[in-house]
Amino acid sequence: MIRYVLGRLTSLIISLTIASIVIFAVIEVIPGDPAAFMLGVNARPDTIAALRAEMGLDQPLITRYLDWVTGLLRGDFGQSWTYKTPVADLISDRIWVSLPLAIYALILSTIIAFPAGIYAASRRGGAGDVTIMGATQLGVAIPNFWFAMILVLIFAINLRWFSAGGFPGWDNPFQALKSLTLPAIALALPQAAILARVMRSSLLDMLGEDFIRTARAKGLSRRQALWKHAVRNALIPVLTIIGLQFSFLLAGGIIIEQIFFLPGLGRLIFQSISARDLIVVESVVMLLVFTVIMVNFLVDLAYAAVDPRLRTKA
Amino acid sequence: MHHIKTLAASTAIVLCASAALAQDSITVAIQLEPPNLDPTGGAAQAIDSVLYANVFEGLTRFDADGAIIRGLAQSWDISDDGLVYTFNLAAGVTFHDGTTMDAEDVKFSLDRARAEDSTNAQKGLFAGITDVTVVDPLTVQVTLDQPNGSFLFNMAWGDAVIVAPESIENIASNPIGTGPFTFTDWVQGDRLELTRNDAYWGAAPALANATFRFISDPTAAFAAVMAEDVDAFVGFPAPENLPQFEADPRFQVLVGNTEGETILSINNQMPPFDNVLVRAAVASAIDRQAIINGAMFGLGTPIGTHFAPHNPDYVDLLSNSPHNPDVARALLAVAGFPDGFTTTLKLPPPSYARRGGEIIASQLRDIGIETEITNLEWAQWIEEVFTNKDFGLSIVSHTEPMDIGIYANPDYYFQYDNPDFQALMETLNATTDPAERSALLAQAQTILSQDYVNGYLFELAVATVAKADIQGLWVNQPTAAVDLTGVSWSN
Repeated sequence: MIRYVLGRLTSLIISLTIASIVIFAVIEVIPGDPAAFMLGVNARPDTIAALRAEMGLDQPLITRYLDWVTGLLRGDFGQSWTYKTPVADLISDRIWVSLPLAIYALILSTIIAFPAGIYAASRRGGAGDVTIMGATQLGVAIPNFWFAMILVLIFAINLRWFSAGGFPGWDNPFQALKSLTLPAIALALPQAAILARVMRSSLLDMLGEDFIRTARAKGLSRRQALWKHAVRNALIPVLTIIGLQFSFLLAGGIIIEQIFFLPGLGRLIFQSISARDLIVVESVVMLLVFTVIMVNFLVDLAYAAVDPRLRTKA
Repeated sequence: MHHIKTLAASTAIVLCASAALAQDSITVAIQLEPPNLDPTGGAAQAIDSVLYANVFEGLTRFDADGAIIRGLAQSWDISDDGLVYTFNLAAGVTFHDGTTMDAEDVKFSLDRARAEDSTNAQKGLFAGITDVTVVDPLTVQVTLDQPNGSFLFNMAWGDAVIVAPESIENIASNPIGTGPFTFTDWVQGDRLELTRNDAYWGAAPALANATFRFISDPTAAFAAVMAEDVDAFVGFPAPENLPQFEADPRFQVLVGNTEGETILSINNQMPPFDNVLVRAAVASAIDRQAIINGAMFGLGTPIGTHFAPHNPDYVDLLSNSPHNPDVARALLAVAGFPDGFTTTLKLPPPSYARRGGEIIASQLRDIGIETEITNLEWAQWIEEVFTNKDFGLSIVSHTEPMDIGIYANPDYYFQYDNPDFQALMETLNATTDPAERSALLAQAQTILSQDYVNGYLFELAVATVAKADIQGLWVNQPTAAVDLTGVSWSN
């Protein structure tokens, strides 16, 4: 087991190192001089040079990479060039919008998808199944930014139940949750449609398995067999999809955050790229990569805990 | 359905009630968020939009019509040779941290802006200053190397505001000025809050609180105003929605002018544009009104030279380049391009450039010039077009006030090199007599128009959408600013 963990750990470190090199290299080659951008068209060359020196841009690439990585290792994400505040502060403010939004959307999508998927599987080929599958087809096809605009039109402009966007902060948790509701619905619905389809097909696979036939032979009704045996086993692929969706929801809310002008991580990346605040982009992307790699690492460990064969193979 | 209506009605009542209680506060939206809060550091206009006249003040300032009026300097004397400006400062002025504003702070601010390692984006404004001397706490003397007719104008810019050595270190995140509003909070990515400065030396503003919100997406901007999340949107980004607001009694729409000369920039050193006939052909190919209607939904004033039409010194030179494709084709033939040629058209992000670019491309195609359109982000535009001059044509709005002097710099990105014009600008800088200056400016505008340096399109307009009972907002944008000092609710 220790050898297995050490092996996984080594591959984790290698992945992170390669990721950091790729991120740094890719972002540094984006055309556009950050200092010239910040100072605009009337700046004199000596002013730009002074700012470049202040930002450390006159250092060689390798020195800047090493500064950045050793900073990260110490937990120092560096200083934003445009905001002139520590990147860690920027991230910690924004994560309290993006993380709750992702969790909120995930909960909503699960609450919608589970009953829909189970119901459709239990009524396979029936009217209910056809209706739900039709609806999920529509849900997958509708782009979430368009759906978001429709929600704003109905619930913010016409009914005035919600504000059209913005985030009031967590001082008032009710208002905060309220302001995240429309964005969460917009994000959740397409995800729920996918999840419901996966739930249904995974359940149908299970219903064809031998152990379900055995359960039925024992005298359980179709419904009892479904709830007692099939659902639990069908959850494994569903949970995998949920895991994937979560990283999508966390990093992929850029457009939704833009439409609802929410101060989240996605909008931070978006603004930082156009402002050429490279250090912020690099650190936030690195953080997201780290999260994904860490989750994979933990999943690997969990697999090993359940499945003894994996330990010996490594 | 009845239920929904009742709910909506009661929500509206609650909203009205809360609005009635809070008539001395305002929420103003602008499109871009300031990257930081140091007006003496970066070039971003959003910094001035939020802070100019509200938090920071300079020796002089722009009023709503662009005239130069008194700021922290209550009066000034100019020596007969035009070289020494003696400013008499207002008494009893304190910074928001309680420290006194005096001549030492003025000296500090000006010396800092013109220092060797200064990162002031408009360092050129301070270039002629050779010395700043403190005469007494309320008197400061500025000496120039040569007379400069624009000096008081230069001191009105947001980049020339007075800051204090005590608070300079954290100015980017905690701006300390002398203005009628103090900075209270900035939730990055969402909003920035200002509160009335009760110790303000001048007339107290009517508003007690102001919140700025930053909404970049045009659709979101429309929704935020319609849902009354914001009380005013200065620089509303979707001109196509304005008729809808005009028809709605809840709102007023203000359309004003800016200092943005929107031009089709031409690389004057790149063949075939080094030939004046080719540039003249481009100018004749342009149908300005079609661009204004198509790209700006009718907002904007046609210009025939690089000068703001609302400026008293503006000369109408539109007749030098009327829209005439036949003339354009003839000029191209004389220049040696009867079959036209292909060039690049590099467009920065604003909609005037992206939408206008498509229209201009088709107008140029009509006379035989094919364009390869490339869309660039601002940072790329500054590198490729502005710094490396790797372009044939581009579209950009030059938003700095009174910037005709850029044509005297042969290294400026469109690379116009005319010694006569350069000499004229030197004369202008050294002239302080208003009548003489007017004549020189007219001459300068005419030279640019006759040399067809760039394709002059239109003066950029600015639209503000506000609740109907807000008064005192600036209609025009003589400089990037949302000056709240005169804003109030009429009910």
